[in-house]
Amino acid sequence: MTIMATPKQSAPMLQAQDYNPKSESVVAKRVKSLIFHLVALGLTAVVLYPALWMVASAFKPNAEIGGANTSLWSNNFSLDNFVTAMDGIGGVSTLQFFTNSLVLAIGAVVGTILSASVSAYAFARIKFPGRSVLFGMMIATLLLPFHVVIIPQYIVFQQLGLVDTYVPLLIGKFLAADAFFVFLLVQFMRNLPAELDEAARIDGAGHVRIFCSIMLPLMKPALISTSIFSFIWSWNDFLGPLLYLNTPEKYPLPLALRLFVDQTQSSDYGAMIAMSVLALLPVLVFFLVFQRYIVEGVSTQGLKG
Amino acid sequence: MTQSPTLSRRASSSAPKPQRTPRQLKSKRSGADARAGYTFLLPWLLGFIALTVGPMISSLYLSFTNYNLFEPPKWIGLDNYATLFQDERFLQSVGVTLSYVVFGTPLKLAAALAVAMLLNSKRKGQGFYRSAFYAPSLIGASVSIAIVWKAMFGDSGPVDQGLSFFGINLGGWVGNPSMTMPMMILLTVWQFGAPMVIFLAGLKQIPADLYEAASMDGAGPVRKFINITWPMLSPVIFFNLLMETIHAFQIFASAYIISNGEGGPAGSTLFYTLYLYLRGFSDFRMGYASAMAWLLVIVVGIITLIFFKTSKSWVHYSGDSK
Repeated sequence: MTIMATPKQSAPMLQAQDYNPKSESVVAKRVKSLIFHLVALGLTAVVLYPALWMVASAFKPNAEIGGANTSLWSNNFSLDNFVTAMDGIGGVSTLQFFTNSLVLAIGAVVGTILSASVSAYAFARIKFPGRSVLFGMMIATLLLPFHVVIIPQYIVFQQLGLVDTYVPLLIGKFLAADAFFVFLLVQFMRNLPAELDEAARIDGAGHVRIFCSIMLPLMKPALISTSIFSFIWSWNDFLGPLLYLNTPEKYPLPLALRLFVDQTQSSDYGAMIAMSVLALLPVLVFFLVFQRYIVEGVSTQGLKG
Repeated sequence: MTQSPTLSRRASSSAPKPQRTPRQLKSKRSGADARAGYTFLLPWLLGFIALTVGPMISSLYLSFTNYNLFEPPKWIGLDNYATLFQDERFLQSVGVTLSYVVFGTPLKLAAALAVAMLLNSKRKGQGFYRSAFYAPSLIGASVSIAIVWKAMFGDSGPVDQGLSFFGINLGGWVGNPSMTMPMMILLTVWQFGAPMVIFLAGLKQIPADLYEAASMDGAGPVRKFINITWPMLSPVIFFNLLMETIHAFQIFASAYIISNGEGGPAGSTLFYTLYLYLRGFSDFRMGYASAMAWLLVIVVGIITLIFFKTSKSWVHYSGDSK
């Protein structure tokens, strides 16, 4: 009920503004607003068309996907493509690929949260010699093309016999290798009042206590956006699995999708697109549920897609 | 968390020194602090040494060798680097990547800024539009979208069909070497939502009275943009330009999928990282690929440096010198 009340309250205020003799006429404002919405909606249609086309095509029979058919609507919507897609490829079910992706993404979130939060606490809240130099190096890794490290990393993991395991894909997450999240959490923690830990230290609390009982609870918003992005990035990651995994049973979805494309080629577009939709499903669900949060997180912390 | 996300403000806000504690206590504490600091930093330090510094040094070494993963590396000095500049496919990959960066990044940022300015007014539905425009940034680099792109831009696919409605017949995009680059650029421009949201946050920081004062002086929208929006937004423009440029150099998954991992047709999608991958992990020429990786680091480093040097003349930080 309280929510309902707000628009009602604001309506008379808006009207009062409209009748302000200095401001533009009501008609001019309406026209401006109409033009704005027309332009914005038109843009939305263009921008969302590929995603809508993907979802619509997943339900269409093959004959209606390519060619002269640009419409999103079909009279023959069916789930057949999804049934084919769920069968998987190379004797591995799509459910298995899903599970693999989930294991990797959850591992990435847990590792990133654990390692990035303690590292960020050190950078943001503890004074120690060499801190600013190390912080500068951490920032520099943000700009470093990671291709420069993949070859030696691959050689080391290969010599350790860890190729075709999840270790190379997850170890970096537990060692805060995604400098971006450390940076994000440092920025966030620096904006928390210094009096908080000062008071706790006077009361005799150590860094572990301060970190666990003061900082962690306050960092919740930043930790949530870290989790969301770490999940989505791991879910969409292609190069890592492409380098390190070679048994289809261990493939996450993006790699399975490539295998699917390689073997199906253009013969079964419908199933290919249905599988693409399945592969994006968690990201789309995440986005619909947390969209406010994700977009806000980007604007304040400069995250990328 | 409302300040603009510029990299240069890092050193500005370290925690103030505790003044109340006696000197003795303080020195005791700083010893404990140093220990605690390095303990908390341990995961990052380990990762930094084992996954970044170590690999960088060995990749520099490998770039001077012939190494195929099975026999020990053989020192050949600068041969890899010399060969690179006679390798036609390498030169092509440089050309492909540069045209992608040079045309794609400014277009993407222009779209981002234009839409951000459109959305920077108090109107209903702003939240919806922001979210809708941001969505492609989350999924754009995925294999799924690369497949969709390939299908949509395929010969007589929906894009071609749509264009032929307007009397434009391009004869397909995916199989046409002169159209694959525009297609890849459209894919990156489509993801304008991420820089747009950052621009929007920056636009919100510009005080409204600046515009009001300019209106009183009779300034039109163009003057307002040149004299207020652009300079006030310059730190954010700088941040987006730097990040998007570095990002664009590293495109991989979509290029791999769209070209079946080969960079075709006629090498028109042979992006730098794709060629690096093919050399390193298909041909097992690890030394050669390492030399490529180091060239990329050097180029990105030089570009970053140029950006920072020239930024002094056009990036304005209001108030204190951050």
